[in-house]
Amino acid sequence: MAIFINEKTPILIQGFTGRIGTFHAQEMIDYGTNVIGGVTPGKGGTTHLGRPVFNTVKGAVDEAGAEASIVFVPPPFAADAIMEAADAGIKYCVCITDGIPAQDMIRVKRYMRRYKKENRMVLTGPNCAGTISPGKAMLGIMPGHIYLPGRVGIVGRSGTLGYEAAEQMKALGIGVSTSVGIGGDPINGSSHRDVIEHFENDPDTDAILMIGEIGGPQEAEAGLWSKEHGKKPLVAYIAGLSAPKGRRMGHAGAIVSAFGESAAEKVDILQSCGVTIAPTPSEMGSTIAQVLAKMKKVA
Amino acid sequence: MDIHEYQAKELLSKFGVPIPRGGLAYSPEQATYRASELGGTVVVKAQIHSGARGKAGGIKVCKTESEIESAAEFLLGRKLVTHQTGPAGKLVSRLYIEEATNIDREIYLGFVMDRASERVMVIASAAGGMDIEEISSKQPDTIIRVSVDPAVGMQQFQAREIAFGLGVDPEIVNKLVPAIMGCYRAFRDLDAMMVEINPLVITKEKQVVALDAKMSFDENALFRRPHIAELRDKSQEDPRETYASDRGLAYVGLDGDIGCIVNGAGLAMATLDMIKLAGGEPANFLDIGGGASPERVTKSFRAVLRDKNVKAILVNVFAGINRCDWVAKGVVDAIKELNITMPVVVRLSGTNAEEGRKIIDQSGLTVISAETLADAAKKSVVAAKAA
Repeated sequence: MAIFINEKTPILIQGFTGRIGTFHAQEMIDYGTNVIGGVTPGKGGTTHLGRPVFNTVKGAVDEAGAEASIVFVPPPFAADAIMEAADAGIKYCVCITDGIPAQDMIRVKRYMRRYKKENRMVLTGPNCAGTISPGKAMLGIMPGHIYLPGRVGIVGRSGTLGYEAAEQMKALGIGVSTSVGIGGDPINGSSHRDVIEHFENDPDTDAILMIGEIGGPQEAEAGLWSKEHGKKPLVAYIAGLSAPKGRRMGHAGAIVSAFGESAAEKVDILQSCGVTIAPTPSEMGSTIAQVLAKMKKVA
Repeated sequence: MDIHEYQAKELLSKFGVPIPRGGLAYSPEQATYRASELGGTVVVKAQIHSGARGKAGGIKVCKTESEIESAAEFLLGRKLVTHQTGPAGKLVSRLYIEEATNIDREIYLGFVMDRASERVMVIASAAGGMDIEEISSKQPDTIIRVSVDPAVGMQQFQAREIAFGLGVDPEIVNKLVPAIMGCYRAFRDLDAMMVEINPLVITKEKQVVALDAKMSFDENALFRRPHIAELRDKSQEDPRETYASDRGLAYVGLDGDIGCIVNGAGLAMATLDMIKLAGGEPANFLDIGGGASPERVTKSFRAVLRDKNVKAILVNVFAGINRCDWVAKGVVDAIKELNITMPVVVRLSGTNAEEGRKIIDQSGLTVISAETLADAAKKSVVAAKAA
């Protein structure tokens, strides 16, 4: 099953005909993703990469049945593109764009609340590498070949650190049900907890790896939620143990500005919630392997 | 992006926040002239991007011309060290000369982007003058929090609730509400990430004035706030960081001796963690970003090498959008062009990793290859210690 996307999900590319959109759309098509077309305002009616181009997301939903979308639109226009997708009835949207103003994201989140929960679009990102259900569909910019299909769910802020985890797991023969990037921005579409909740409800996911970092409350929130409601083992790595306080480490959201936001504090909170910690970034794969072996023994 | 106190006050006053009269000075002569314009007792305030300036000796109350002159002589060109500046301190090149204020009460007023509620949060306390960490540990009961619905913005009643919550007289409430609303509008309209008035003062003459002001801005929004972008003061930044950011590189200077060039912020943080765990000290955080060309890699080497403490360099790339062959070409070009003799450890993984390794092997240069992240960290620590 996997979460958010599978081999059948009809996918739309927002910012289809631009250089970056074109490159990654082709990669997604080559991976076997069901890309049904794209949106570039003003180029509706033409064809790109052998697929139709639409002027509006609504048009793509009405005429081609788009259900998920990926946004490659530049920062000044990205919030608008996300709201357009939410309004057109897209169910799942990934935003890749890095550099969206935080206040735009606050408005996007507020805007999405006007829809009833059952009709509300799920957004992941912005500033992320996207989502992949290995062997089924890729809605992102990751190198698809490093992911083995399998039964571990990954949720992480960082793209490259997610690749690192997938490669370590592949080397140990461990596969991934779905890997979801939630992005490095302070205000993002879905939190760690939101995604973990989806994994908990997915019959094809046995265990979950959370890759967090300094800044913000989301890792601790996920740990507390998992302690209360989680039935599947949760493993976590938190990047930035050596990051100085008050300095922004690349990601707009990776900054320690309050108590509980440093890597050491997050690790403490997670451990007290019963989360298994991968002590170093090189041990994400092996920690997952240990947890899976323990599950087998119990079974 | 941070700005100076005088710049924040100028911006806020345009939104109706009352500020004391004052003026800028770059020299002792200008300082005494500004003071003569204001008349009476003045406060000479060093303009640096840091709080706690008073404790560091950066704020001086002066009654006479000779006091003003000697305060200005003392401060200009000096590096002030506070708990926020690091041991190197920050250079004072501008002074703000302000009229003295008759303080009756000091209030704390702050606006932040609250990540838990994903809204702008207003924080106020009757215990102004202390910093917010101190207030939350010593007098947490005095803290008032109000969150703003982004659909409609801050409402008057919310500002009134804050003002009455602070326990001020009704006649002061009428002056406090527009000041609070003004700060909120400035926050929203200028894409701020933080506005802090500490203290917001009620004077003995029953006026409300912002005695200090701090603002910081969302760098992702500067494209639409050119007049804010202009307020950047590079003299307040780490020169290593200014050099890198002017070239589009995400760089943070640290105190160690292993220079790091990594793609992705998360992987870069993890690389620093691995170096520490292996017993070494990273010199910097550097994310080269996606789609890095050979030129960009060479540029990164230049940025890293501006730090004279660097004894070894670690390149760690897990290519998704990047291509390892491009990165490898950049590494080879950089070593040749910049005549790098210190040890360089390279770990390549992901797209075109094989081709990348081949380029490095065939270059005839002595580059230390590493297979994994752990291996790369260990080798760079050994190399730095031997150098």
